[in-house]
Amino acid sequence: MFALSLIAPCFLFILTFAFYPIAYSFFLSLHRIIISLPGLEQPFIWFGNYKELFHDKIALQSLVNTFLFVFTTTFFELLFGLAIALAINKHFRGRGIVRAAVLIPWAIPTVVASQMWRFIFNDTYGLLNYAFFGSDTALYQAWLADPLFAFLAIVAADVWKTSSFAALIILAGLQTIPDELYDAAKIDGATAWQRFVKITLPLVKPALLIALLFRTMDAFRVFDLVFVMTQGGPADSTNVLQFYGYKKIFAEGLMGYGSTISVLVFFVTLLISLLYLKMIGTRLFGERS
Amino acid sequence: MSGRAKRAGFYFLTLVIVFFSLLPFLWFLDTSLKTQREVTATPPELFPSGSLHSYQSAIEQYNLLHYVKNSIIVAGATTLITLIISVFAGYALARLRIKYKGVIMGSLLLVSMFPQISIAGPVWKILQSFGWLNTYQGLILPYVTLTLPLGVWILTSFFKELPEELEKAARVDGCSHFQALFKIIVPLAAPGVFTAAILIFIYAWNEFFFALLIMTQQKYQTLPVGIALFQGQYTMPWGEIAAASTVATVPLVLLVFLFQKRIIRGLSAGAVKG
Repeated sequence: MFALSLIAPCFLFILTFAFYPIAYSFFLSLHRIIISLPGLEQPFIWFGNYKELFHDKIALQSLVNTFLFVFTTTFFELLFGLAIALAINKHFRGRGIVRAAVLIPWAIPTVVASQMWRFIFNDTYGLLNYAFFGSDTALYQAWLADPLFAFLAIVAADVWKTSSFAALIILAGLQTIPDELYDAAKIDGATAWQRFVKITLPLVKPALLIALLFRTMDAFRVFDLVFVMTQGGPADSTNVLQFYGYKKIFAEGLMGYGSTISVLVFFVTLLISLLYLKMIGTRLFGERS
Repeated sequence: MSGRAKRAGFYFLTLVIVFFSLLPFLWFLDTSLKTQREVTATPPELFPSGSLHSYQSAIEQYNLLHYVKNSIIVAGATTLITLIISVFAGYALARLRIKYKGVIMGSLLLVSMFPQISIAGPVWKILQSFGWLNTYQGLILPYVTLTLPLGVWILTSFFKELPEELEKAARVDGCSHFQALFKIIVPLAAPGVFTAAILIFIYAWNEFFFALLIMTQQKYQTLPVGIALFQGQYTMPWGEIAAASTVATVPLVLLVFLFQKRIIRGLSAGAVKG
């Protein structure tokens, strides 16, 4: 009883502001609800909203964009994360400062990071144009006005912002590898590359998988970058599910239709996280349950 | 490769990593110290004249301090409330017999991973029905929910590392569970509590999505919302955006440099120890 009363407040919050809203989203998605027209009431329309969703080309594009974003960002984040982790795992003077510097992108508010990158990609005052074309201003490009470059820009900003998080998870994995293994391999004449492939990679794999799980889930909810840098444009090339759902529910006031996107996103992420958890197995909970 | 060349290569690589990690922040800091003319120079001027005009303008014309106040209130209250609830839950999960512990920890993890859009509409409706849109509690309550998984996971893992004997001794001496928790466990786990506090604060300070939905009146908006919505009449006020961004970021940079070890430990707590 005592134990239950200790976790009750936590449980109450999670229930009210997480589980109940998820179920409520599903309920809302079966109704036609327009926030700005409360006089219309809220007719129950079965799966009408879902039927509409299947024919919504922008929704489809947002889904594709979201998956592309998730794949490209997680790939580069794990790659850079591994490189950074290998670098800051060594013992050297000034390691503390290097670690802190690497953490800065993670700590900066995403909105601030988005404004920073938006300014760097700016067509007239931007640092990127200056780096490429110097003072030849005639060549300056409006990067964020180009569908492909705008997409790459939000990918770049995300990779910059969160590679350090991946690095930290991987670093924690690296630190569990005993030095003796490397010493023994050296004595046996293994090269640095062999040591990396035969010792480091297999032993750091669980940490890589966990970093992959966290990064995938986080990339799925990309919103701030898109809101600040591109507003989903140009031509919906950077529109993603969370941004599209936000626009439908809150900008257009289509609470019923927008909720189908909430439900869709929920099930897609649930499916993916269950797949990952199966891959990672009981590692995450083994010690605790 | 000789040892020296290898070392030089390693230091070079590290420098490149540090340089790119800091570049955007330094560029904004640089921009915030420029005059209006320097900010809009093409090609960009690399070095600022050290003008504080952008800060002054951000404070006077864009109510910067107002956003700072709201952010401190919301992030501060969130940190406090989440910590208290997490200490209780973390203690119970680390020390007491509870059925379905794995299920509880798992569902907390799931809450921390779902895209906010899957709960956004209903949360907005709940708050609206209480008349809590554009109130501090309207933002603090969802923030507490979203930071609880972080707090509970970190504190559970810290509490587990404490020796159980101390607590048992206290119990033998007649302490209740409650007294044992606050007289023995919490003081001993102070580093863990502090780590959790830093991470929760950073989360609440940086959150944008819910702040944007719930705080539609400028009076209650937090820094990220303010910075995202800064608009000039004709042009983007880049100097002011850079100044406000620097103000929003400097406390975090200080936290990171002071508590780098704790943050790294907290973020990987539980994740990799299995």
